[in-house]
Amino acid sequence: MIKIPQNVYDDIVAHALKDAPIEACGYLAGLNGEVKYAIAMKNIDNSAEHFSFDPQEQFDAFKKTQKEGLRLLAAYHSHPETPARPSEEDIKLAYDPSISYLIISLAGETPDVKSFKIKNGIVEKEEITYE
Amino acid sequence: MKITINGEAKELRDGLSITELLVVENVEMPEMVSVQLNDEFLKQDEYAATIVKEGDDINFLYFMGGGA
Repeated sequence: MIKIPQNVYDDIVAHALKDAPIEACGYLAGLNGEVKYAIAMKNIDNSAEHFSFDPQEQFDAFKKTQKEGLRLLAAYHSHPETPARPSEEDIKLAYDPSISYLIISLAGETPDVKSFKIKNGIVEKEEITYE
Repeated sequence: MKITINGEAKELRDGLSITELLVVENVEMPEMVSVQLNDEFLKQDEYAATIVKEGDDINFLYFMGGGA
């Protein structure tokens, strides 16, 4: 389970809407399953169908959270026109088994956010609790 | 030798290369991580020849990407 404050939910949905139709992406920082804040990242693919984080931004985010005693708990990205489920590419490229993978779908009338754990190609849906 | 790996102080044997360090740290899919040694990116073809030294600060992160 991952706990997300309402303001962080609002932040990542706003990020997804702002960048659409390009995929938005970022990290969620926190500790022990409780998210504290979102870190918007640049999608260096600048694509409506793909995303990649910028490695330098990844390290900057990692070091910032380390200094604060926090961890990168999750990576999020948007699906501007498809459902909130990991695509084949999402599953193939989910190399880090320690984090959660959040997807924000804008395909429906209202944004849909879901979280998953992905390890060795196996996807497990993860409950999200909003605070 | 005492080094820092992803923010954690660790003591490991001398003479480890970055390639060996990733094995010791049980990094799955090491070809999909980016490595910074003392805040400088290392290229993958430098891993084997780069020997970790006392006091080094090493961070590695997985490539993060996907598609819709």
